This record gives sequence, C-alpha cells and structure tokens, in this order.
Amino acid sequence: MAMTKGDGAAGPSEAAAPAPTRPATAGGTRRSHVPGAGTAAAEAVEKARREMLHEGNQARQEAAERRQKRARIGADVVVEAILRQGVDVLFGYPGGVILPLYDVLGDHPDLRHVLVRHEQGAAHAADGYARATGKVGVCLGTSGPAATNLVTGIATAQLDSIPMVAITGNVPAALLGKDAFQEIDITGITLPMTKHNYLVRDANDLPRVLAEAFHIARTGRPGPVHVDITKDALQQETDAPHPTDEEVAAGLPGFRPTVGGHPRQLKLIAEEIAKARRPIIFAGHGILIADATEELRALAEKTRIPVAWTLLGIGAMDETHPLAYGYMGMHGWKHVNRAIQASDLIVAVGMRFDDRVTGNVRTYAPYARIVHVDIDPAEIGKNVAVDVPVVGDAKRVLGGLLPLVHEVPEADRAPYLAQLAEWRRESEGSSWHGSGAWRDGQLSADFVVAQIGEATGHDATLVADVGQNQMWTARYAGYRRPNSHLSSGGLGTMGYALPAAMGAALGRPDKATWAVCGDGGFQMTIQELATLVQDRIPVRIALLDNKKLGMIRQWQEIFYSGNYHSSNMFGPDYLKLADAYGIPAWKVRTPEEVRPAVEAANAVDGPALVWFEIAEAQNVLPIMPAGKGLSDLIETWGGADE
Amino acid sequence: MSPDGSARGPAHSAPPPRALPGTGEQRRHVLVAIVNNRPGVLNRVASLMRARNFNIESLAVSHLDDPEISRMTITLRADDVLVEQAAKQLYKIIDVLKVQDVTDEPTVQHELALVKVRATDRTRGELISIVEMYKARIVDMAPEAVIVETVGTESEVDALIALLRGYGIKELVRTGTVVMSRGAQSIEEATKR
Repeated sequence: MAMTKGDGAAGPSEAAAPAPTRPATAGGTRRSHVPGAGTAAAEAVEKARREMLHEGNQARQEAAERRQKRARIGADVVVEAILRQGVDVLFGYPGGVILPLYDVLGDHPDLRHVLVRHEQGAAHAADGYARATGKVGVCLGTSGPAATNLVTGIATAQLDSIPMVAITGNVPAALLGKDAFQEIDITGITLPMTKHNYLVRDANDLPRVLAEAFHIARTGRPGPVHVDITKDALQQETDAPHPTDEEVAAGLPGFRPTVGGHPRQLKLIAEEIAKARRPIIFAGHGILIADATEELRALAEKTRIPVAWTLLGIGAMDETHPLAYGYMGMHGWKHVNRAIQASDLIVAVGMRFDDRVTGNVRTYAPYARIVHVDIDPAEIGKNVAVDVPVVGDAKRVLGGLLPLVHEVPEADRAPYLAQLAEWRRESEGSSWHGSGAWRDGQLSADFVVAQIGEATGHDATLVADVGQNQMWTARYAGYRRPNSHLSSGGLGTMGYALPAAMGAALGRPDKATWAVCGDGGFQMTIQELATLVQDRIPVRIALLDNKKLGMIRQWQEIFYSGNYHSSNMFGPDYLKLADAYGIPAWKVRTPEEVRPAVEAANAVDGPALVWFEIAEAQNVLPIMPAGKGLSDLIETWGGADE
Repeated sequence: MSPDGSARGPAHSAPPPRALPGTGEQRRHVLVAIVNNRPGVLNRVASLMRARNFNIESLAVSHLDDPEISRMTITLRADDVLVEQAAKQLYKIIDVLKVQDVTDEPTVQHELALVKVRATDRTRGELISIVEMYKARIVDMAPEAVIVETVGTESEVDALIALLRGYGIKELVRTGTVVMSRGAQSIEEATKR
C-alpha cells in the first residue's frame, strides 16, 4: 500500500473506513480507561478527559490537517506501527534525541502517552499492561540514562516472558560510537536480556523493524524486544509502507516457534497419565500466556488430577476448584510440596523448574517421572532431566491431549485425593497459617491480604511487589480469574508493584487494580504517585508497612543468626505524603479497620492508598532454605510464629 | 512419602537421588551454525555462550556463496546435554537460522595454521624435510625464519607444531576448525528449505 503523509494513524476519515490490512483492534474505536466503562457517567468522564487532553474531535481534526501539511517522518512510522498492533497507550519520558517522536505524538491522538516519573516506571507499566491484557506493552525513553533506566524493567520482562517493545532514541547515526552526549551502547547492554534487539538508522527500515519487534515479542515464548532508533532516522522523511503479517513472518526465517506438540509425544503423555497412581499437574505462566485455562481445567477434571501452580501460574486455575491444590516451591504450601515429593508423575505445563520451585534437584520429587510441556525447547532438560519432553503451545498441547486421556473414575482417585485433602487440612492447621488477625499485638500481614482479596470479590488485579508481601499476596488473596495476579517472579524486582499496577489499571479499566507493596519496594518507585495523579490512574495501593525489609530481616533471623544489618527502614508519614500528592489515604492499625479502609479505597474514583501497620517480625513460613529440598521446610521460627 | 504404598521403590527406603541433566562427561563437540550475515550476529553468539557459561574452544566465521548468510563453526568441550542446551539456546537467537551438532557425523574437519619458525643455514634443510613429510609447505623464507603453512585435522596440526617447537616458534596462528559433513547432504540447502 502506498503511504503518504500521515497515513496509518486513524484520522476521522480513516476511522470511518479502516484500511483492510489493519487489524480490527486498531480501528478508530479506542478503549476507555475510565472505570465502569459503558455507563453514562463513565462516558461523561471520558469525554471530559478527552477535552482536557485536547483529544476531542476538534483537536483531532486539527491534528489531521497539520499532518496533511507536513511529510511523514520516522517518528510517525513509530506511532503508526504501535497503533497497528491494537496498543493504545504507551509509557514514556521525553529527552533530547527522542524529542522528534514527542513532536509528532500530538498529531496521533489515538495513542495515549502516559508521562511517568522515571523510565523504570515506564518499563514496569508496559509490563503490567502486557500481563493484564495479553497485548504487547510499549515503553519509551531517550538515549543514555533513560535507556539504562529502562533496563531493569526490560530484564524483569525477559525473565518472566512478557511481551514488550521498548523504544529508545539514540544520537544521530553520524555520532554513533563517538561518545556523544547521552550516548551509550544500549543495544550492547540489552542484547543479553531481550528476545531480540535492533538499532535503526534509516527511517525506511522502521516499518519492517517495528512490525518484526511486535511479532517477535508476542509470538512463541513472549519476551521484550528493544528498538533503538537514531534521532536522524526519527526525523527522516519516508513513505515506506507497513508490511503485512505474512511479510513479517516470511522475513524472519530464523524465528519459527514450534507450537503443535508432536502427536507421538501427546500419546506418551496419555500413557504416563494412565499408569500414574499419584499424578500432579503443574500450571505455569505458559497456561496464562497461551490462554489455556479452560483446557487445563478440562484435563484436570477428566483425569481427576490435582493442579499445583508456580508463582506466575497463579490464576491459571480458579482456586476454589476442588482440584486446585495450591502454590508450590520455596514459600509454597506445605501440603503442595509434600504432594510433589510423594508424586509418581509430574505433568508440568508452561513452567521452567526454577530453583525456587525445585530446591535441590537431587532430592526433588524422588518418585516422579516428569512430563514437561513448554513452547521453548531450551527450557526442556535445562534444570531437570525429563522423561517425556513436549515442545508446544500449552493450549494446543492440552487441547490435543484431552481426547487421548481416559476418564478416571472417581473411586480410582479417591484414596489419593483423600490423602491430599488430609495433608491440606494439616497444612492449614499449622502455626504459620491463619492464626488470626493479630501478631505480636500488631496486624498480621496474611490477614490483611486475605481481606483485600475478599473485599474486592477476588476479581481485582493484584500486583505484588517483591519480598514477604509478594509471598503473602501469592498465598492469601485467593484468585479466581486468569491474569488477576501480577508478580515479578524471575528477576524479583523490588519497586515493581506500583508502576506495573499503572499499566494493569489502564489495560483493564473494567477491573479494580491493587498494588500490594512493602515499605521497601514502595519507596523504590514512590515517584510514580505523581503519575497516578496526573493521569488519574485508579490504582489502589496497599502498603504493608513493617518498617523493615521483611524478607531480608527473615533471612537474617533464620540464616544469619539474627544479624539485622540494614534491614530496618525509616519511612515517611505516608498519610502526609499521600496528602501532598492529593491522594486519599487511610491508616490501619487494627483488624476491624482493615475491611472498611479497603472498601473506602475501592470506592475512590482515582488513586488511593491504605497504609497498614503490620507486625514487624512476622515470617513467611514455611520456607525452604536455599540449597535444600522440598522436604526440608522450616515451619517454625522465633516467637511470632510458634 | 508413599500414600498408597505403590511407590516405585519400597516406601521405607530412601529414594535414589534424582539424576541431574547430563552425564558430566566432557568431550569435544563441533557445532555448525548458519546465521544471517548482519552486523552484531557474532556478538550475539559470543554473548550467549559467555552468559550461559559455555566455553568456546574455537570459532570460525565466514560468509557463504549466498552473501545474505554466514557460517559459524564452533568447537566446545562439554557434556553432551550441555551442548544440546547450547545448541537450543543458539537456535533461539533470531539471526541464527540453523544449528547442527556434527560431532558424531562423518565429517571433514580441517584447520589451517601459519607457523613462523626460526631457521638457520644449519636447520633449514631439516625443516624443509619435516614440512614435506607432513604435506605442509613453506610460504615465506627469510634469512632467519620461514613461514610454514599447514592444513589438516586439529591433531595433525598439533603434531607438526610439536615438531617445529624444537626449532623455535616465533609466531603462530590457527584458524580454528572448519567442518563439513561428508556425503551429498547440505546444511545450507536444508536452511533454505
């Protein structure tokens, strides 16, 4: 298709008659980010917000006219390419060499730009948007320090397989390698932590590169793709057309993920399941990425096999389902780890046997044969030796497997499931579990998290930070729907929750979004409070404040003989802080105050903060010590948990 | 640990430790990779091998008859399973089009070495006969040194170098092994299909 000035960005005429090659999602209708979308009140808010942001029809008309008068440049191509993907929001921060892009953003009112307060926030927000929606998240920054600030968020996305396109500006091509102002070899830096990266010096390459970037980011095992664009390429005039999906795929002969799952291997899984007496299914992140939750449930029900999940597999199965057994690993439920150690067959789908899952591999699941399904062949046989390897997409593999397995009669599984139920009861009767709302005369963190789960009807998107708060959020909130739990699993990035929740809230305005932070992680990216206010992003923050780096304190208590160096933390008066930003806030000290505060925060149309003063020395138990196995859990330690 | 008493091993005895991936037995492997001939691809391959803790013994890169693609021959000493892991990780690089472990295939594996050896009027004759015996050749001759060029398998080159060492090696360069499967099959043709 021939491209001239401003083509591709939906002006009014285009919105009426979308070009046939454009994906339906990228048409003129944009998603409302206002809570309660569809109601008259929400429509009014949305309209007012557009007017405020000069996104009304008149501004749109003016923008279209302005674009008619000027040539299409590389920066326009970037925006067009993003819109073509059905992505309607990007998170960024302006700076020297990316300014040509900011110069045209106003001409493309269909793309909302959220001005973050630090580029790390942009990357995490794009990540949160991607996790909550399944679409590709986009973040943007200039060269040098902005690009290096994005790196933590890109690495987070890499380790958790999150589809993301990170765009940075770079110095004009002629200055590359000259150590120009704010020049750094950022593609050299992101090379080992992205799925792929590009340095673009010619605007004519931009349509292809960006289309490839999105394709690579979301296809197969998702991951971040970084596109570094020189300033002169952003400014260069171009009429290069956007490629079709077929052209993109054809241009990437080195990228053909296997999705099907070999029929012979599927038969082998069915045979393993038929032989097994104590099988267990592992649901990993791959189930959610592949949208395979229905297939998972159907397989579990037909074979009556209980399902355990990894940290990123939370939400793959409704936790109230009778076959939903629980969260595994280092801080997993004792009954789950016990079932794993006793199992004779593990059917692992879309996970990677991380060390937090297995502990010492030598003593891991000693009686189990392992079936491992993953779309990434390099994950199979990487951490554990596998008996039945299957490379494929979780949805396709489970869908293909379903007709091959025999329905297991209830009586056949009854003794096994009864044993598991007994273990669960024991587990839930342990000192570390549900011993009440108080610990040491202060609020118990697990109680607070459970209350948030209940008060939000188990339907909110909960974004955890890292540390104890993350484990409590994983175990106690109770998840019913896919993608309702977001957590930085692989990289364990403190400061993740607040910015990622911004992306999740904008991506899923139909669901309430809560960031559950400790006081450590909250203070790492606290600057994004301003973004919440400026862009009216309805993120509710549950601050679990124990005035400690809780997990560090716990490790120091258990593994470093109580040498509490640098784990005590001063924090500000968070009520005053919230007030300074104009964010409604509540402070909660007693169990009775928890529910009303959560409900009040939920009712706010915009950001809100609830400051929970929790027990200072509560441990997350059980804990599997590093290097030990799943049978070596520590269940009691110190006064608070005995 | 055995809820219904039907464990694979007897429930009362400790189960055997789970085997880790791989045998731990190290041997030399040769990987051939067909890659896009683009800037930075060598960096991607080298960076991956470094980050994943694979130690490259030698690496030879050249462009092919088709200027769009290049060929890398990578030799590394490692466990079979680790090498398989390396090959899979390499294959994930978008610019890598094909990876093949040719270690156990019938192949021709050769490298070229240039050796600058000290030579005097007294030793030059001996050197020439050694060179002839090893089907190497002298490609430069100066009053005090000669450059010997040899092509052969790694061990053939090693053997000649060991002999020349006695005369005093002033300078040595080896290309690293390049490899090609015997017979009619072609990794390049397989890549294009």
